[in-house]
Amino acid sequence: MDKYNLNNSYKAVVIGGSAGSFQGIVKILSQLPKNFQLPIIMCLHRLKHVRNGFVEALSIKSVIQVVEPNDKEPIKKGGVYLAPSNYHMSVELGNHFAMSTEEMINNSRPAIDVTLGTAAYVYRDKLVGILLSGANRDGGLGMKHIKDKGGLTIVQEPSECMIDTMPKAALSLTQIDYTLKIDEIVEFLVELNKHYK
Amino acid sequence: MIQDIDIADLKKITELIQVKHGYDFRNYAMSSFKRRMLRILELKSLTVETLLKKLQDQPTFIDEFLDELTVNVTEMFRDPGFWRIIRDEIIPGILLNHKQFKIWHAGCSSGEEVLSMTIVLKEMGILQDVQLYATDLDTTILEKAKQASYPIKNMELNEKNYIRYEGKGSLKDYYKEENGKAVFDKSLLQNVTFRKHDLVKGEVFNKFDLILCRNVMIYFNQTLQNEVLKKFHESMFKYGYLAIGSKESLIWCEVASKFLVVNNEEKVYKKIKD
Repeated sequence: MDKYNLNNSYKAVVIGGSAGSFQGIVKILSQLPKNFQLPIIMCLHRLKHVRNGFVEALSIKSVIQVVEPNDKEPIKKGGVYLAPSNYHMSVELGNHFAMSTEEMINNSRPAIDVTLGTAAYVYRDKLVGILLSGANRDGGLGMKHIKDKGGLTIVQEPSECMIDTMPKAALSLTQIDYTLKIDEIVEFLVELNKHYK
Repeated sequence: MIQDIDIADLKKITELIQVKHGYDFRNYAMSSFKRRMLRILELKSLTVETLLKKLQDQPTFIDEFLDELTVNVTEMFRDPGFWRIIRDEIIPGILLNHKQFKIWHAGCSSGEEVLSMTIVLKEMGILQDVQLYATDLDTTILEKAKQASYPIKNMELNEKNYIRYEGKGSLKDYYKEENGKAVFDKSLLQNVTFRKHDLVKGEVFNKFDLILCRNVMIYFNQTLQNEVLKKFHESMFKYGYLAIGSKESLIWCEVASKFLVVNNEEKVYKKIKD
């Protein structure tokens, strides 16, 4: 059964997505095991000036309530986090989040590269990075950082993506470990949770 | 492009700045501080060694360095809902006790927020009764703030925010277009004192009824946030208000028990204990 060759060292999951990723994310969040133990840290492109509504829309279907963390909020086991609108969200040493209003990156704030890159720095080989459908190249570099630090990388199967620019960017920048459909990503996360220690 | 920078190198840079120029960045949040350093190295085509040499040998470089280091991305009426609460709840609350009062914009950057405040006050008819202080570490950006003149391309967003704030007129009532810039009416700034002030090392210099420090302390670590908040607490009258960014919180801070949450969505607090 162990088709993903998992060990029990993984401590966190980061997910990036943009155009066309919403339904995939909802599917993942709605099919998570209730006792999913690894924190899930999401950075999704969103309307910059619409602060409310997005996290609520994700939470409706999600098994675990989705939170937009505050600056310096501790990252908890089993927490599901979403980067708030108009802030970059970093993972800091000491296991908490840090917000920033720096310049947009890849025309985005929040930028996926920021969340993925800082998570890679903190969790190193204990991180799983997942990049979904999207119309720009944000996240590609972040996935490369995860891979370079020894983490596990997954992109959504480009043929399943509404827009495949984002996963393709990651595939061109680094050796991605798995290219999976949303259903397989769910299956993977279930396995990952079983291995969590 | 340099992809990463060692903690040891960051330490060398902060130590040199501390010794040579008297600014203390040791307690800045690591993730953003590192990004700012990488950005400076890239913008100025420097390596860590050449940056250290410049900071050591060129006395004027520090101002340029600080201007790039500090994050100067801001908007007028950022978070329109926040500004409605300022107008509808916070200022009326202050006016119950004082006809004249003082506001401090700590870390004012290029001045969009203080300018927004003067427009709020003007539309309430009380601009002449309020003393505003706008401070920043970065002298280059303070000069920009005094000019109250912004690229026209920024105005679309500022106008949108103002409309969502539900102001009395149009933002256009307050500026003229000149050479691709929106030049704001200088009389708005008549009661604003701009001054250089370092939140890390600076002293308590006045007492205020309202302090705004939005999206500034996110660049500090928890230790420094606690120190700065202690200074804010000292700089406030009892029952004065403190406004921080919408994604900041006092929950994890030492002074939390001395404040009451007035609005949790927009992060406005009231000092209830000395």
